[in-house]
Amino acid sequence: MTAKPVAVTVTNVDKIFRSRKGAEVHALSDVSLEVAAGEFISLIGPSGCGKSTLMRLVADLDGITSGEITVFGKTPEKARKDQDYGIAFQQAGLLPWRSVRANIELPLEIHGWEPRDRKERSDELLELIGLADFADHKPDQLSGGMKQRVAIARSLAERPRLLLMDEPFGALDEITREHMQNELVALCQETGAAVIFVTHSIPEAVFLSDRVVVMSPRPGRITEVIDLDFSSRDEELREDAAFYEGVTAVRNALHGGETAGARGVENR
Amino acid sequence: MSKRAAAVLWGIAGVIAALAIWEIYKALGPDEGVVIGDVTVLPRTTDIAMPHTWDVLARLFEPVTRAAGADVLWWAVLQAAAFSLGIAALGWLIGVTFGLGIALLMQRWITAESAILPWVVLSQTVPLIAIAPLVRRWGSEITIGSFQWENWMSVAVIASYLAFFPVAVSALRGLKSPPSADTDLFRAYSASWWTTLRKLRLPSSVPYLIPALRLAAANAVVGTVVAEVSIGLGGGIGRMIIEFAATASGDPAKTYAPILGAVLIGLVSAGLVALIGVGLRRYTRGGAPA
Repeated sequence: MTAKPVAVTVTNVDKIFRSRKGAEVHALSDVSLEVAAGEFISLIGPSGCGKSTLMRLVADLDGITSGEITVFGKTPEKARKDQDYGIAFQQAGLLPWRSVRANIELPLEIHGWEPRDRKERSDELLELIGLADFADHKPDQLSGGMKQRVAIARSLAERPRLLLMDEPFGALDEITREHMQNELVALCQETGAAVIFVTHSIPEAVFLSDRVVVMSPRPGRITEVIDLDFSSRDEELREDAAFYEGVTAVRNALHGGETAGARGVENR
Repeated sequence: MSKRAAAVLWGIAGVIAALAIWEIYKALGPDEGVVIGDVTVLPRTTDIAMPHTWDVLARLFEPVTRAAGADVLWWAVLQAAAFSLGIAALGWLIGVTFGLGIALLMQRWITAESAILPWVVLSQTVPLIAIAPLVRRWGSEITIGSFQWENWMSVAVIASYLAFFPVAVSALRGLKSPPSADTDLFRAYSASWWTTLRKLRLPSSVPYLIPALRLAAANAVVGTVVAEVSIGLGGGIGRMIIEFAATASGDPAKTYAPILGAVLIGLVSAGLVALIGVGLRRYTRGGAPA
């Protein structure tokens, strides 16, 4: 046992997608990364830099071409089968025929929890995301932000030690988005889970993360890792000079010296 | 007025309009029909070709034949309709089961899709008249213990042959309809194929299935009526249409009775399928797909 337990290690990973016609896309090239337990990591970079691919490899939704990934010391496949992570995507992906509660309980149901335990857990989660009054509503009766909160509650349902989030706030308006970021910070402090968070937004990455991993495309690789050490993450941080320094640092890393680069990154 | 009441009123108005057009044309059209060159483009309006609608209605309450003890016509038609409906329902059930089965097979194994789908499409290009005698002949070879293949079973099989097609095609589309984010989620949960089927793919395919079930019901009814004729199975609407047509010149109004019976079967089967749709309503939230 090391002093600082490790959640995810990525070592010299390459990922090459082959289309049916034989064309190759080098999505990731020689990527190495270590995520400590309880650490919040953001992956940021322009479209096509492989940040979502990297997350999908950790989740075992795609297979690596070469290199090695471990999740809590296991292969990603084993970790997936052991339900070591929770996952949320850009689209909330709630099943429209299920109520809010039934959507949150979906993973519990699939993994054979007793109805009583399911109910107890979904009660907790509904309370946590502030949607207790909406337990019996159907997803089409919720706003975009509420749906995303349900999706996050669902990803937390089995108390994973690792959360994988692929632009979960990407489809939300700015106000809802900042609100959700605040909630996520609180959730992470409460659960102590490590997070790998894919985003397009520099301020979002800086606000949420312990470390921001900056990536560049063709082939996707890590160009820089920026440490951020804020004493607290609240509304005041958004106006703080240290926050702006972080934003500048990430922006410079993204532009990588050339002023015209980093297209596709939102500066918001 | 509620939308529902308006829909009912419009439905009744449509029926009345159809009857009115019939009677107006019969009153105003020439006896020999409208003929352009040698081609009759509109039918003759004689009482033999186009009996009055009220004659057709009145005929329903007279006996089938002049023979003593003959049933009243509407009762005979109703019995024949019930007989045909029963066979159509069985054919529908077999067809839907079979259609769902091969859709599952095609969803599960991509190779199965490329192997089976062309045959599914091809199967519908074979005319019903061609397969009816074959089914009957093959059926007659089957004798297992006391079980004997009977003609009505052949009719049900032929009805199912028409019914399975829309179900197979739509069910396959429905089973494949969940977006990749949803299937990724189930993969992340390490859900088995069976669990994914039950909790994701089947519910997602309901909006695709409902119209297919309706189409299958219509196909099963048509298949039953036509197969009754080509196999020569008595007791149903199909044979009744042929038998009564033979007496058309002497008793024109009688010809239309079994046709009304066929319409009745269609309405009842459509209603039954609509009930299934109501039962599955929670899976069709957010409207039907394109």
